[in-house]
Amino acid sequence: MIQWQHVKRLIPLIGVMMLTLTGCGKPYLSALDPKGPVAEMQLSLIKLSLYIMIGVVLVVAIIFTYVLIRYRKRPNQDGIPEQVEGSAKLEILWTVIPIILLIILAVPMVSQTFTLAKDYSGESDTVRVKVIAHQFWWEFEYPDLGIKTAQELYIPTGKKIQFEITSADVIHAFWVPALGGKIDANPGMVNKMWLEADEPGVYQGRCAELCGASHALMDFSVIAVSSGEFEDWVKEMKTPPTETVDADLAKQGEEFFNQSCITCHAVNGTGGNFGPDLSTFGDRQKIAGILEFNEENLERWLKDPQGVKPGNKMPNLNLNDEQISGLVEYLVNLKR
Amino acid sequence: MSHSLSINKRTGIWDWLTTVDHKKIGIMYLAAAGLFFVIGGIEAFLMRLQLMYPNNDLFVGSTFNQLMTMHGTTMIFFVAMPAIFGFMNAVVPLQIGARDVAFPFLNSLGFWLFFLGGILLNVSWFAGGAPEGGWTAYAPLSSSSLYTGTGLDYYVLGLQISGAGSLMGGINFLVTIINMRAPGMTFMRMPLFTWTSFVISALILFAFPPLTVGLFLMFFDRLFDANFFDPTGGGNVVIWEHLFWIFGHPEVYILVLPAFGIFSEVIPTFSKKRLFGYHSMVFATVLIGFLGFMVWVHHMFTVGLGPLANSIFAVATMAIAVPTGIKIFNWLFTLWGGQIRFTTANIFALGFIPSFVMGGVTGVMLAMAPADFQFQDSYFVVAHFHYVILGGTVFGLFAGLYYWWPKIFGRMLNETLGKWHFWLFFIGFHITFFPQHLLGVWGMPRRVFTYLPNQGLDTGNFISTVGAFFMGAAVIVFLFNVIWTTKRGERAVNDPWDGRSLEWSISSPAPEYNFAQIPQIRGLDAYWVEKMAGNKEMKPSEPLGEIHMPSPSILPLIMSLGLFISSFGFIYHNYYIAGAGLLITFACMFIRSIKDDHGYHIKPDEMSERDRGITA
Ligand code: HEM
Ligand SMILES: [Cu+2]
Repeated sequence: MIQWQHVKRLIPLIGVMMLTLTGCGKPYLSALDPKGPVAEMQLSLIKLSLYIMIGVVLVVAIIFTYVLIRYRKRPNQDGIPEQVEGSAKLEILWTVIPIILLIILAVPMVSQTFTLAKDYSGESDTVRVKVIAHQFWWEFEYPDLGIKTAQELYIPTGKKIQFEITSADVIHAFWVPALGGKIDANPGMVNKMWLEADEPGVYQGRCAELCGASHALMDFSVIAVSSGEFEDWVKEMKTPPTETVDADLAKQGEEFFNQSCITCHAVNGTGGNFGPDLSTFGDRQKIAGILEFNEENLERWLKDPQGVKPGNKMPNLNLNDEQISGLVEYLVNLKR
Repeated sequence: MSHSLSINKRTGIWDWLTTVDHKKIGIMYLAAAGLFFVIGGIEAFLMRLQLMYPNNDLFVGSTFNQLMTMHGTTMIFFVAMPAIFGFMNAVVPLQIGARDVAFPFLNSLGFWLFFLGGILLNVSWFAGGAPEGGWTAYAPLSSSSLYTGTGLDYYVLGLQISGAGSLMGGINFLVTIINMRAPGMTFMRMPLFTWTSFVISALILFAFPPLTVGLFLMFFDRLFDANFFDPTGGGNVVIWEHLFWIFGHPEVYILVLPAFGIFSEVIPTFSKKRLFGYHSMVFATVLIGFLGFMVWVHHMFTVGLGPLANSIFAVATMAIAVPTGIKIFNWLFTLWGGQIRFTTANIFALGFIPSFVMGGVTGVMLAMAPADFQFQDSYFVVAHFHYVILGGTVFGLFAGLYYWWPKIFGRMLNETLGKWHFWLFFIGFHITFFPQHLLGVWGMPRRVFTYLPNQGLDTGNFISTVGAFFMGAAVIVFLFNVIWTTKRGERAVNDPWDGRSLEWSISSPAPEYNFAQIPQIRGLDAYWVEKMAGNKEMKPSEPLGEIHMPSPSILPLIMSLGLFISSFGFIYHNYYIAGAGLLITFACMFIRSIKDDHGYHIKPDEMSERDRGITA
């Protein structure tokens, strides 16, 4: 009974080893499937520590199993076992070995800590991005390019992205597991961090610090594209949309937007900064960071933002169907 | 002058409300911890139900955050802490051969402050919502009423009141252990549970004041619109994190060291050997306690304190693995060569070893600052701390319960039910928390009420919830065991386990005065030493005489009630009520200072009668 229990206990361990080696979890989200140098470095450190720690666990498990089998009290066993006080030799042994193991871990750990803290903002090839976290959405500003986006962060592959991260209200944390570990977004402070993506793709980012009711839904997307595509994107973002909205329905929506929504949301540089900038909303992949982009979901959001993202700062405007269809038409056509 | 009050009966509500007997206070601590454990457990279970499937909508948003906050706060402050105080009260004076604690009145006051603080916190459920800032209550989410409702006022005041109680408890046990050891009980002959109690009492002395200060600052921010943590008013949000973790990190050692103490009693007893490496065990305990204060920043690697601070604190944190490892191997070598009995108390202690080692190694992984950037605030952390707190503290508490139950209550817990309890709990525990390591590195942040489907998180969460069912069943088995054996359980003899320390040398339960004559201690494992020398009992160090006992008092309860009432005044900005409550407390303090009460005496003839009735 006791014996096979210990064999069973090893199964999950072996499981971890295999999973780590194969890199399980969804690509574009899992930290075990790194898509950039930062996440790769961190994973290598995780692996190093994991292997050493599995070794430690195995040693304990083996001694433990042996002891339990060998020294269980047998029926009719009398007498008193020898009362051993201790053993200086053994005790020194299991003090020194862990110290050596910890030194093996500490050296690469410290060097990596400094590598990850480098500031690349001065370098010409770096893209600078200011991240401002809000309850419960993300604002991204490219100070050198004069561009602002919300919920979706465009980056070129193969270049260092230097982030300056802060918050407009409470503490949040900026985390893109597949690209690298997180750092907090503290109100009143600016934190720096760099990341880099090796290959194009849409990486999922999340808020990792409890920030209120919809903390769970504070997701964002990092869209990595080739440098060329990134340049195109920058150009498109900087030229105001030429095509004006003409359909009647959309016009209606635009008028209504300019009455009711503009105090919080900006479009093409005019409007408030309380909610996300909606300038190129029609190009988004997600609504509110979490819903798949389609008209149905947009209606759902406009009808009841609190139902979709509890506690968020957008009030329910009690829109009627006509207003909603106008707004939907207008918003999905906001394209670069 | 001592008045000739006759010995009070050991029953009746009034007796419990006024008692200053450390053994009864211990029982009250344990009972209260049990009550809160059930509440906190239900909260945990509801959270796991919500997370069973993606996009579930049982408890979303703020409701989930309330469950999560209350679960964490309750488990740390109102389950683990009081259970430890319960054992300290029930066991430490017996282990050192003392008749009482140093300050019996203060002891009772500490209990009532803790208890009413816990009740206050839970009242918030019925008063417009519980706190929702997590047990760490980071500012400004928690410090500003802009973001949160009155729940957090309950948090601030509930913890403040119960924190005061814990501080008193800590001071009391420091003084008790230093001053009240029986003749011959040198520090190096103290049982390890007493040693760990001593070390954590010192930790409490230094760790709780930062919490008190932090809570006061938060209190002023919330109630009087101060700006300590408000960056728009010149405050700084990181200060709260520092204050909280300067308290919070030692706090986790306060929770786990006594469990280490319990294992160091249980494992030698049930392998019939003395503890291997007693001296290095003591040294490791003290070292862990000391290092516990040096590493709080490892909770803040992602705050942005810079690579130098992160490196220093990372290395300091990893260092704790060394004394912890020493302990693990010493336990293994205590078992080595012994005659191991698999009683329920012992299987909890044995189950602890592999579980805690897994929690410990993930602790080292978390200590690696750059790796922690991936782990921090993810489910990996949730898995880690449950492996440590549940696999360490809670296993320790259960081991302690099965071990000392006979001494505390005079009855044996049923062993068969105990084994069911252990296996369901142990298996459920690993099923629940093992997958969470993976969920964390697969990208699941902690404190989330939902996750989207098809992100690879569905299966892990489902398995985790299934495990919670097992643990729930285990707790029900345990509660049944308690109720059933209280009615029908076998009566306990003085020394049911063939124990080694002093508490087993007296009747079960211990008489009011613990020792009719204070014993003479002649070595480590005092009672074992006598048994080996062929003696049936301890040698007395004094002749039989009158025993002085402190009088019971209702003042501690009323004093605590005063603060309880006052809290409502502050929460609802009614300063008359706030003042009235404080007045009650101060009035009690005044009465206590002027009233001359020297307690009473128990005569030798009264003693022997009572003692005889109990001993089997
Ligand atoms: C009965 C089995 C238990 C289950 C199923 C359970 C489950 C959970 C869950 C689902 C969370 C929320 C995780 C998150 O999203 O952050 C949590 C958090 C927590 N649990 Fe448990 N738990 C259990 C027992 C315990 C015990 C015994 C303790 C301590 C004595 C404890 C201490 C905590 C703490 C401190 C938190 C963090 C709360 C916060 O982040 O503010 N839990 N637990
Ligand atoms: Cu957030």
